[in-house]
Amino acid sequence: MGTQQATDGRPPGSEEHPAGAQVEVRGVTKRFGDATAVSNLDLDVAEHEFLVLLGPSGCGKSTALRLIAGLDEPDAGTIAIGGHDVTDVEARDRDVAMVFQSYALYPHMTVRRNIEFPLRNRKVPKAERDRLVGEAADALDLADLLGRKPSQLSGGQRQRVALARAIVRRPALFLMDEPLSNLDAKLRVQTRAELIQLQRRLRTTVVYVTHDQVEAMTMGHRIAIMSAGVLQQVGPPAEVYARPANVFVAGFIGNPPMNLLDGTVEVGGTTLAVAVGDARVELPPALASLAVSTDARDVVLGVRPEDLTVDPSAPLRATVAVVESLGHERHLVCERPGGELVTSRVTGDDDLPAVGEELGLAIRAEGVHLFDRATGRRIGP
Amino acid sequence: MRTVLRYLVLTALAAVVLFPIYITVVNSLLTPGQIAGRPPTLFPTHPQWHTYSTAWSQGHLGRYLLNSFLVTIVIVVGQVVTSIAAAYAFAFLEFPFRRTIFVLFLATMMVPFEITFFTNQATVVQLGWYDTYLALTVPFLATGFGAFLIRQSFLAMPGPLRDAAELDGAGHWRFMTKVAVPLARPSIAALAVFSFFGAFNQYLWPLIVTKDERLRTVQIGLRYLRSTQVDQINVTFAGTVLAALPLFVLLLLFQKHLVRGLTAGAVKG
Repeated sequence: MGTQQATDGRPPGSEEHPAGAQVEVRGVTKRFGDATAVSNLDLDVAEHEFLVLLGPSGCGKSTALRLIAGLDEPDAGTIAIGGHDVTDVEARDRDVAMVFQSYALYPHMTVRRNIEFPLRNRKVPKAERDRLVGEAADALDLADLLGRKPSQLSGGQRQRVALARAIVRRPALFLMDEPLSNLDAKLRVQTRAELIQLQRRLRTTVVYVTHDQVEAMTMGHRIAIMSAGVLQQVGPPAEVYARPANVFVAGFIGNPPMNLLDGTVEVGGTTLAVAVGDARVELPPALASLAVSTDARDVVLGVRPEDLTVDPSAPLRATVAVVESLGHERHLVCERPGGELVTSRVTGDDDLPAVGEELGLAIRAEGVHLFDRATGRRIGP
Repeated sequence: MRTVLRYLVLTALAAVVLFPIYITVVNSLLTPGQIAGRPPTLFPTHPQWHTYSTAWSQGHLGRYLLNSFLVTIVIVVGQVVTSIAAAYAFAFLEFPFRRTIFVLFLATMMVPFEITFFTNQATVVQLGWYDTYLALTVPFLATGFGAFLIRQSFLAMPGPLRDAAELDGAGHWRFMTKVAVPLARPSIAALAVFSFFGAFNQYLWPLIVTKDERLRTVQIGLRYLRSTQVDQINVTFAGTVLAALPLFVLLLLFQKHLVRGLTAGAVKG
């Protein structure tokens, strides 16, 4: 035990809900052999915040979570929880609880024993223990299952036991590593809502790892997107969606993903346009002035499928390759002359073009995102 | 048809395995003359039950069995405890030369007992343990095999359990006693049964490190019985049955664990 205790001297299992702790991650790097799993990570999580760490598998998000938990040690940087530097504090003294993807229930213990385990380890007296277990079991609707073993539970029930075990000692910080990914689709949606309610009720700080952007968009107050060990962008879901900081975020957030087309900035008279193949896409004036101020001439033009509409007269030509119908909306996957695929989202009951038909695609001016092709960074606000 | 054939083969094999045991029991109930007679008698028509009381009283089997049990229990407890501790270290702790030391542990399994036999005997004598219970037990309180067996079962545990226990506030001791050991119970039971049989059946080692008759174990007692009751071979057979009886009872009780231990990890439990 190096520096201070993270528990603030608060007795284990004390009555009042702790104010969810804030988390400060500063310059944290973690290497495994030659591979850098997390590179120079700076991240702040506010009190009572629900922060989602989002990224594809292998992006370092789970490692980042384990570093915050204290299950792995960083090679560089510091981590503070609740204002205390815990970089050298053992995981069990950090006052954090974690829910694992596999739930990690103790298979030989009953549900009651599983939930009780953190309390027994901290020598909480029996009467207090019974009360806390009862509360946690009630909160997660487990009261009837306390005598069962994990093997006698369904996936959803196991998941709730894992949650109960995590909340029973009222940790200042809650870490969740893809807790919903082993549930079937319907249960996942339901549990997602329950988790949000639970977090509001307990007012704990949550850091939640997922690769599922729907979970991230619906659950997080803010989303932190990681790729290849590097933090790409942090922001509220709407902002990350509306103003992706770089090409990676643009392509990762949104379903179907944003169309990303290589283009060249061309000055033509009084206006500025991006040439995509043989088509010219005029930039809205605000974006045009910004594009002029940067040196980048080779750019990536990003357009969300909903900002790409069918317009016979539009210069961007494409051939319909696939029509996907999801009921409330349709996706037109079209092939550009160069072989690139672009997707347009169509709502309403308009007649759809047939597969193989050539059409023009118009871009809504406000829907244009521009990125520097060399750096991948966003140009503009 | 296949089933019938399979059971025929199994029955034949069982008969081959059980025949020596059967004939031992039968011989213990025959007169020495009947045992020597040809063709052999396969069923005792006038069972000589007194052979058992003779073996028990004149062969001092009670004392020998007690010794055997004492020595065996100390060895079993010792092996289980040291194996769990070593296995835990190899499975869950980080320390320098972990792999190398583990390989050395494994290497001890490849050295036959006979090679270290005389060195160990000399060591025991030098330590002044000759003719004591220490000589009978201490050299067997740890085994590489036990550490290996239980380490495998620790390693088969899902990784997040250790992480979860750590976050739940369990240190190494709590994790070992409350999570790792209960989950490794089948392997630990198998180790206990194996080491029980091994210790109980020892013959050569107790023979060369003890001479006091009061320290002798039952296997040596049997040989002693044989040499004193030369004209009554049936008494020796009765003693053999008595000496084997505890193992037989143990086998019945722990059969499940024994098989489970042998197949542990083969089938997802």
